[in-house]
Amino acid sequence: MKISLFITCLAEMFYQNVAKDVVEVLERLGCDVNFPKGQICCGQPAYNSGYRKDAQKAAKQMIKSFEHSEFIVTPSGSCAAMFKEYPELFKEDPEWLKRAEAIADKTYEFTQFIVNVLKVEDVGAVYPAQATYHTSCHMIRLLKETEAPFKLLKNVQGLELLPLENSYDCCGFGGTFAVKMASISEQMVDEKVRHVEESTATLLIAADNGCLMNIKGRIDRKGKPIEVKHIAQILNTRVEGRN
Amino acid sequence: MPMKIGEQPFFDRVDEALENDFMRTAMASAQDRLRGRKLDATVNDEQIGDWEEWRSAGEEIRRHTLENLDFYLNQLSENFSKRGGHVYFAETAEDATRYIQEVAKRKNAKKITKAKSMVTEEIGLNEALEEIGCQVYETDLAEYILQIDDHDRPSHIVVPSLHKNKEQIRDTFRDKAGYTGTEEPRELTAFARSQLREVFLEADIGVTGCNFAVAESGTISLVTNEGNANMVTTYPETQISVMGMERLVPTWKELDVMVNLLSRSAVGQKITTYITNLTPQLEENSVDAPKEFHLVILDAGRSNALGTEFQSALHCIRCAACVNVCPVYRQIGGHAYGSIYQGPIGAVLSPILGGYEDYGELPFASSLCAACSEACPVRIPLHEQLIRHREIYVAQKGKVSEKLAMKAFGIGASTPSLFQGAVKGMPAIMKPFVKNDSISSGPGPMKLWTSIRDFPSPEQNNFRSWFKHHKDGGDS
Repeated sequence: MKISLFITCLAEMFYQNVAKDVVEVLERLGCDVNFPKGQICCGQPAYNSGYRKDAQKAAKQMIKSFEHSEFIVTPSGSCAAMFKEYPELFKEDPEWLKRAEAIADKTYEFTQFIVNVLKVEDVGAVYPAQATYHTSCHMIRLLKETEAPFKLLKNVQGLELLPLENSYDCCGFGGTFAVKMASISEQMVDEKVRHVEESTATLLIAADNGCLMNIKGRIDRKGKPIEVKHIAQILNTRVEGRN
Repeated sequence: MPMKIGEQPFFDRVDEALENDFMRTAMASAQDRLRGRKLDATVNDEQIGDWEEWRSAGEEIRRHTLENLDFYLNQLSENFSKRGGHVYFAETAEDATRYIQEVAKRKNAKKITKAKSMVTEEIGLNEALEEIGCQVYETDLAEYILQIDDHDRPSHIVVPSLHKNKEQIRDTFRDKAGYTGTEEPRELTAFARSQLREVFLEADIGVTGCNFAVAESGTISLVTNEGNANMVTTYPETQISVMGMERLVPTWKELDVMVNLLSRSAVGQKITTYITNLTPQLEENSVDAPKEFHLVILDAGRSNALGTEFQSALHCIRCAACVNVCPVYRQIGGHAYGSIYQGPIGAVLSPILGGYEDYGELPFASSLCAACSEACPVRIPLHEQLIRHREIYVAQKGKVSEKLAMKAFGIGASTPSLFQGAVKGMPAIMKPFVKNDSISSGPGPMKLWTSIRDFPSPEQNNFRSWFKHHKDGGDS
């Protein structure tokens, strides 16, 4: 299966290991992975801040980069959701609307692709730890993917997944919200960190680098002994004897 | 403008709210409680069937009504008038209060009882009636508490005194009304009841809001839990109901659906304690109906949304389900919004009704987590409308520096070579700020981020080079 990776600007700039893990997991699952070079940012920062025209510029670049792809896979529920938003962005432009719809239809978040398209729920990973999982808002509410990450994590050998209180509450990232409304965002992320601590987990996993950057940034600032990892980093672990 | 609460700038209100530990604890626990109850009465309630189908029905009913608003308003008005009621269409809040003042003067009214109504709060009716020498009594317990506490303002659409605990209420009753009892809720309620009983008997006019108006019969429907609305609507000889012009349903069949959606979404009740339906009576000898019944139908900015992307904001049935799940409201409470409409619907509705000058910052007070859109029983795409508001706001009042930054973003984002240059150049630019593999005190726009969190250090290596090397078989 030929898939095109959209690695996200955050991963490219700050989380290269996540990007590499995504590549390796997909290849191990038999995918022929390619990386369209024209890709940049999905445009969400501009779109959510009210700069529709500037977001359209980014979206057009992404459409041009990915329209010949068979499947588009990205390690971010939020950026995948933004691709799904492209038709809305071009609703008054019939030509681009058509191209936007084509892109939206073949875009999948990383775990969603593994579970729903590849039909794999056990990637043969092993990661002994007590962990909890942050369900990022855009993944569960805009992309409506609530199960795939849990199905995959359930089959990670040695991983014990602990429940997270008020998991449905936003971590306070929200892109520019984190800086525009810094004082409110601080209280939101503090509550999230408190719930993570109360879960007694020593590892926090999520499928979105945006949320992770926010929560990890706060955890590190407060010097809490909690590790933070993208789900691809967990899934790209192996043990002898497993596939 | 009465919809507006206070004159403080938005960020001052936020700071004040964040320092109020009591209020924040109250908001968080109320949200947790209400959320659980709502789930039990909606998605978890097998008796009601598929909740998503109910939401779709609610959305469809509201959309149909709003798309045919002129027809249904006309039908409502005709049916209400045919039965002897008086209908007044008020274009502005001032028009509405002036009309009601005139009715009060003509009736030589001294005492007026009111049942809970957001719309009368919105138009500042109490102040307008006090201006002409009337005494106005809020009879809903929460509104009564706010009123005697020197006209404190509501902090929640359905639970207006959510920001007060029972000890604070006891103190208010003691200081303002001579109460001598304990903070026991039952005792406090009994006191309020005893205070209000006499007022009910003496009132010259009863004022109510309107949850829904049924167009086919000309009926005003009130959804309450305390029964005070029944006292307000039966004792006085004159009754005035005030409704936002969007608050109507075509027939009783749709009313049934809407009441289910409202009571289940608002406080997780399968059915509300009272549903009071009032239709003007023509019969001379009717004993339990007011002799004079006025219906004030208010625009006050609502038509700003008609025919625009914001039209569906008028679908709102004021259940506060969005408020009850909003993680921002959870932290700052209702007063910080500066509007009597708080939370996500407040951030959408307030700029529509009151403009961007006063409420332009509210749409930015959201992380766009979409919990509101998911909770809304009539599927208003709230988080999307917050983005639409941002678009209009930045076009009108956006900061030049931000506009330039976004323009640069647009250029960078459509020019891969520039983007790649930025990715490659970043480690060198950021190097002076990196300590122990992260940035704890960043320059320029990063300052606000690093004031509370660490920032990751940029990647030294280039993913694209790695990938190329990897594909060429250069790694293991």
